[in-house]
Amino acid sequence: MAEDWQNGGFGLYIHWPFCQAKCPYCDFNSHVSREIDQFRWLRAYLSELDRVAAETSGRVLNTVFFGGGTPSLMDPDVVAAILERVRRLWPTSNDMEITLEANPGSVEAGRFAAYRDGGVNRISMGIQALNDRDLQRLGRIHSVSEAKQAFEIARKTFSRVSFDLIYARQEQSLDDWQSELKEALSMAIDHLSLYQLTVEQGTAFGDRYNRGKLRGLPEDDLAADMYEVTQAICADAGMLPYEVSNYAAIGSESRHNQIYWRYGDYAGIGPGAHARLTFEGKRHAIENWRNPTKWLETAEDGNGENLREAVSPEGQATELLLMGLRLSEGIDLARYQTLAGKPLAGTRVETLIDIGMIEVENSCLRVLPQGRMVLNSVLSELLVD
Amino acid sequence: MSTDLSKIRNFSIVAHIDHGKSTLADRLIQETGTVQDRDMKEQLLDSMDIERERGITIKANTVRIDYKADDGETYVLNLIDTPGHVDFAYEVSRSMRAVEGSLLVVDSSQGVEAQTLANVYHAMEADHEIVPVLNKIDLPASDCDRVAEQIEDVIGIEATGAIQVSAKTGQGIHETLESIVKDLPAPTGTLDAPLKAMLVDSWYDAYLGVIVLVRIMDGTLKKGQRVKFMSNDTLHSVDRVGVFRPEMEMVDSLGPGEIGFLTASIKQVRDTRVGDTITNDRNGTEVALDGFKPAQPVVFCGLFPVDSAEFEDLRDAIDKLALNDASFSFEMETSAALGFGFRCGFLGLLHLEVIRDRIEREYNIELITTAPSVIYHVYMKGKDNTVGEMIELHNPADMPDMSKVDHLQEPRIKATILVPDDYLGDVLKLCQDRRGIQLDLTYAGSRAMAVYDLPLNEVVFDFYDRLKSVTKGYASFDYQMEGYREDNLVKMSVLVNDEPVDALSMMVHRDRAEQRGRAMCEKLKTLIPRHMFKIPIQAAIGGKVIARETLSALRKDVTAKCYGGDASRKRKLLDKQKAGKKKMRQFGRVDIPQEAFISALKMDD
Repeated sequence: MAEDWQNGGFGLYIHWPFCQAKCPYCDFNSHVSREIDQFRWLRAYLSELDRVAAETSGRVLNTVFFGGGTPSLMDPDVVAAILERVRRLWPTSNDMEITLEANPGSVEAGRFAAYRDGGVNRISMGIQALNDRDLQRLGRIHSVSEAKQAFEIARKTFSRVSFDLIYARQEQSLDDWQSELKEALSMAIDHLSLYQLTVEQGTAFGDRYNRGKLRGLPEDDLAADMYEVTQAICADAGMLPYEVSNYAAIGSESRHNQIYWRYGDYAGIGPGAHARLTFEGKRHAIENWRNPTKWLETAEDGNGENLREAVSPEGQATELLLMGLRLSEGIDLARYQTLAGKPLAGTRVETLIDIGMIEVENSCLRVLPQGRMVLNSVLSELLVD
Repeated sequence: MSTDLSKIRNFSIVAHIDHGKSTLADRLIQETGTVQDRDMKEQLLDSMDIERERGITIKANTVRIDYKADDGETYVLNLIDTPGHVDFAYEVSRSMRAVEGSLLVVDSSQGVEAQTLANVYHAMEADHEIVPVLNKIDLPASDCDRVAEQIEDVIGIEATGAIQVSAKTGQGIHETLESIVKDLPAPTGTLDAPLKAMLVDSWYDAYLGVIVLVRIMDGTLKKGQRVKFMSNDTLHSVDRVGVFRPEMEMVDSLGPGEIGFLTASIKQVRDTRVGDTITNDRNGTEVALDGFKPAQPVVFCGLFPVDSAEFEDLRDAIDKLALNDASFSFEMETSAALGFGFRCGFLGLLHLEVIRDRIEREYNIELITTAPSVIYHVYMKGKDNTVGEMIELHNPADMPDMSKVDHLQEPRIKATILVPDDYLGDVLKLCQDRRGIQLDLTYAGSRAMAVYDLPLNEVVFDFYDRLKSVTKGYASFDYQMEGYREDNLVKMSVLVNDEPVDALSMMVHRDRAEQRGRAMCEKLKTLIPRHMFKIPIQAAIGGKVIARETLSALRKDVTAKCYGGDASRKRKLLDKQKAGKKKMRQFGRVDIPQEAFISALKMDD
């Protein structure tokens, strides 16, 4: 019998934890460090790859994703050496997607061709805003014109380029955002990630917010309006909302992220990286040491993992739901039932259908656009029993 | 073992909470060697955890102390520790009737406080000799002269020679014992007369059955004797007679003036009523002691298990508690909103809280408590414009259709409030807001005494809380039931998303219905979390909506970014939300948090 992860495929995530500067809104595992011995890091990555590959040998690898941090600070030779090892360790699909997240600065843009030569075939750029005042507020070290230049280089170098924008920013009006979005769409090639600014605890923004010093954030209603127009404008431009915050031309979706959302298996290499891997029919949640030095040292000693535990079938069913319902395509209810051991049904599902939040069709459960905005509520209704 | 009457002293201790009543009692017991040092524990007389924790006494406790006085004679001192709360006013009055004197204990660093007054009046009503005791003289802030003067001003008893005590260090304990012997009167009574004993209190013991605390007025109580409880004409064979030291000690008999206990294989506390007269089954006394009243619950509320699977456990807990508490009544109740539970009757709000706490704590059952209500008398329409039968309404949800009702009556109370005059204005306003009618207003020193006729239903909910808050705790409150009176009352129902929520319906005065309805809807709007759809919240009388609020729909709560690494975190978050949801009750499509059932009714005035 096929294992559940095969519904989503198999991908590899590589985490580079360093940035030139920490952004005030970012709660990812990123650090600023002056002295980085990139070749020492390379040896650790390679050793971890060998270890994980031994446990997953024979699987066809569909995607590789370099995330961070700022992986465009990596030496192209390091990236190339990692990819060379990857190809040696796993059979790969013919059209394997290899994405690298990049800062839109001029220095990084100078390395794009070298990344391409090393095997990277998709770039995801953190442009974040198309006006300089907001870029500064977001703590970004690039300017709009630099970003545009870097983007030009990227589109000449790669056939697949995505970029990120953050909206629902301080003092941003609905009109402001609409015109910025239209400008973004005129630049976009095949993929856009559009995130609403989220104030996370433990970040500089979080602290300022707690002290009442982060002013001008949109109220929930305005944020909801912004989300609605974003979906409509993007769809008009042929960029379909295939996930809560992701928009793509048909066939250009991020395949790597789809492995997460379709609840496939993924390996995670590098500090703080997470993984879901199925061994002997049991899916495991794996987490590496978050602290870069700790991870580096443990990886050098043979294993950078901090946690490995089996996820119960019910837990997997929950994860399938909470990841899968982010996608417009929805989830297969038969797959859910196999994991959960019982069908997803009951009066709460009926109610959600009634009030136009979800639809069920041919054993497929989809969250409708209106429901996607309140996905957390939809999920907790579905899971309440 | 009848003791010479002249060698008996019976007394109680009157004090404000925290003024050291229990510590003083502990010290008296210790000083006389009644309890060995190694057996001492704090607040010896308070046996329940809740009593110890809250520093309140719910059941009357008693201890018999042998004291060899300076005059060389040995005296028997009986201390009754009485409940100190208005809910138990009747029980207090009976305990006070069982003794001849009181120690009035006042914290010499704090002075007379409001609650002291309410209790001292009970003692005065029972014609007690009162001995003032100034406690906590070891504290730096102690000021005996000022406090003695205050006692004279406010209470009106001589206090210049008040005994100065530190229950903590033991200073003045000897003087207190001497004063009990010298200043308090000995009891009176006739040995050669039919038995006449007052039932002071009773409780259930798993080994002995019901233990009955008695004060012998006349005659003798012996082991093996056949006795009659006069209020219900029941006969019992006494199998044990004894005294508390404070553990039980068996004796052969008790004579006039003595306080002790009997057991008679009685199964239920219900059969033993506080204030009842006990006499011989043959040739007994003709005349019962006056002042007997059967226990009458006045406040009702629904108790429902949070987890409906625990209904049987709740039934079991309530059955057991009722064995030991005659004043607590219950019957099964079904609520569309809350499932199966019990409608319970209590003497007052403290009594309600104590029972609820004990169920939650001793039986480990989480409860939803619905809004307290009183008993309304509903007079139905009879034939040909006559008034038909009267129905006692314990639960607003059971209110019959108004078109069939002729009129309604509600219970009224006479409330006496003592308050420093600085806060008088706020107190009068509070009483006025609660439909009170002023009966009297007098001053004693810097204190005012306001007497009000109030509807009980305006008092049962948060009147104490409000009174405490507007007077910073410096008011005392006491009440007695004054019977029923007609008023323009209606049932207000609450609809959430067009579904009636039975647990939130309440009886209100017609003139206040709009105001209460508006306040209720506004409050519920803050208590119910936003849902994916908008929710109308309405208050209605019959079919007519009198107030309305709309809780707008939640429009956005999605997490913007969610990648592989977030799956575990998100799953844990959802599990937490799921647990939270289980603590809500679903009405149609709306989840209402439990605390809403009580909070919605609290009026912030």
